[in-house]
Amino acid sequence: MDWVNAAVQGILLGGLYALFATGLSLVFGTMRLANLAHGDLTIVPAYFALLIINAAHFSAFYAIPITVVIMFVVGYLLQRGLLNFVVGKDMMIGVIVTFGLSIVIQNVLLLAFTANSQGLGAGRIGTISIKITDRLAIGWLPLIIFIVAIVVLGALQLFLRRTRMGRAFRATSDDNEAARLMGINNKHIYAMAMGVALGIVAIGGVFMGIRTTFDPLLGSQRLIYAFEAVIIGGLGSSWGTLLGGVILGLAQTLGAQAFGSAWSILVGHVVFILVLTFRPTGLLAKTVTT
Amino acid sequence: MSLLEVENASVYYDDFQALYDINLKVEEGEIYAVIGANGAGKSTFLRTIAGVLSPRRGRVLFEGKPVDHMATHMRVVHGISMVPEGRRVFPSLTVDENLEIGGYRKRPGPWTEEKIYELFPLLVPLRKRQASSLSGGEQQALAIGRSLMSNPKLILMDEVSLGLAPVVIKRIYDAFQTLLDSGTTILVVEQDVQHVLTVASHVACFLEGRIALQGRPDELTNEQITAAYFGV
Repeated sequence: MDWVNAAVQGILLGGLYALFATGLSLVFGTMRLANLAHGDLTIVPAYFALLIINAAHFSAFYAIPITVVIMFVVGYLLQRGLLNFVVGKDMMIGVIVTFGLSIVIQNVLLLAFTANSQGLGAGRIGTISIKITDRLAIGWLPLIIFIVAIVVLGALQLFLRRTRMGRAFRATSDDNEAARLMGINNKHIYAMAMGVALGIVAIGGVFMGIRTTFDPLLGSQRLIYAFEAVIIGGLGSSWGTLLGGVILGLAQTLGAQAFGSAWSILVGHVVFILVLTFRPTGLLAKTVTT
Repeated sequence: MSLLEVENASVYYDDFQALYDINLKVEEGEIYAVIGANGAGKSTFLRTIAGVLSPRRGRVLFEGKPVDHMATHMRVVHGISMVPEGRRVFPSLTVDENLEIGGYRKRPGPWTEEKIYELFPLLVPLRKRQASSLSGGEQQALAIGRSLMSNPKLILMDEVSLGLAPVVIKRIYDAFQTLLDSGTTILVVEQDVQHVLTVASHVACFLEGRIALQGRPDELTNEQITAAYFGV
């Protein structure tokens, strides 16, 4: 039963990883930018939520929509003000700029909030669980996070498939010059993509802050999880990203169950390396033959 | 006033000058052909008008107004649309979606998805297919249809016959008359002189970044065109 419990926790954790990974994948897909500041940008919304909760004294759940809007605006402005200047250039320039951005964000957070761990209170919902047997209980919070992750990924998929803006995202991803020749303002599209990506990240970032504690230096670890989930699942596929997140989550919780909690993260990395070795395009890669 | 006027335009790729003092006028309602050998600067010229490149010296006027500093996507809003070299359809999008993207900045005018499918019936059974799975000729028809969706006043066509079977080329050139009837002016770049001179009302022959010959096809002899084309 402990194994079943570990598996259930792993699957639910995977939803959270998928929320982080989707933003990374969306940005890489639309503008071929490997955003190394992505991990730190998952921490920023948790601090925004902390400020909101301290000011307004309500549950962290209510801070989520406000944080999403803030992070959307942050993403849009960050893209138009800075990152649009590196898109389309040598990929290494984007890597260096976002690496620098990552350091800047970490240090600003350290200055503003110190290195102390923080947590977000969500009231009773953060601790109650559904008891299935004596040895197996599913926490409401992980379950809600997982369901929200599925809804968000589904909504993103619908947005990309069915809306005018979503089609413009995909056209720009396919061929940005041809997209401009069709009247698409790629600078705006990139900024919208970054806004949507960070809006999704905000949901994951606040949930993570409710689930566990956070500090300004956790970003690189989150970045690695996001990269791993994207690569396990395959680039360009929303459900692949969810699958990647779930596999990574399972590897971590089952690894902890098998070898002890110190092994949890290492087992996740090993599974990632195995996928990269034997199926480098990911499990559900969307491939286009040209 | 001409629809498009290019005045003394010089275009560079970094230090390399690709076009030298190009002067050219395209009148509304005509087919203007730009011909020339590989590397003569034809595509550079078209990309300059579309706004992918900008002239370092000289001007581009559209309906009398300078557009040199206008972004590519805004030129579509003003009625300039381009069918890029190599078709450049969006491979992961379906045929329908490619046309919808073409209508992203829809101007008022006769072209709708249904009209495009009437013009190119070969696309009808392919509507839900990914553009990457289409043949070269089908992709070219789609690329032209996609550009028409914005109801342009001026459509720029870069090497639309390149690599296509003669029967497909004929079908595409047959469509030109429908485009003219709809009020669209056509500026077409071709390496293959034969077809385009039968439909064009004006022709400019580019040679090493300069216009070597300009005039009406019926007033030019084959010898003049050959000489200008090859620079002999």
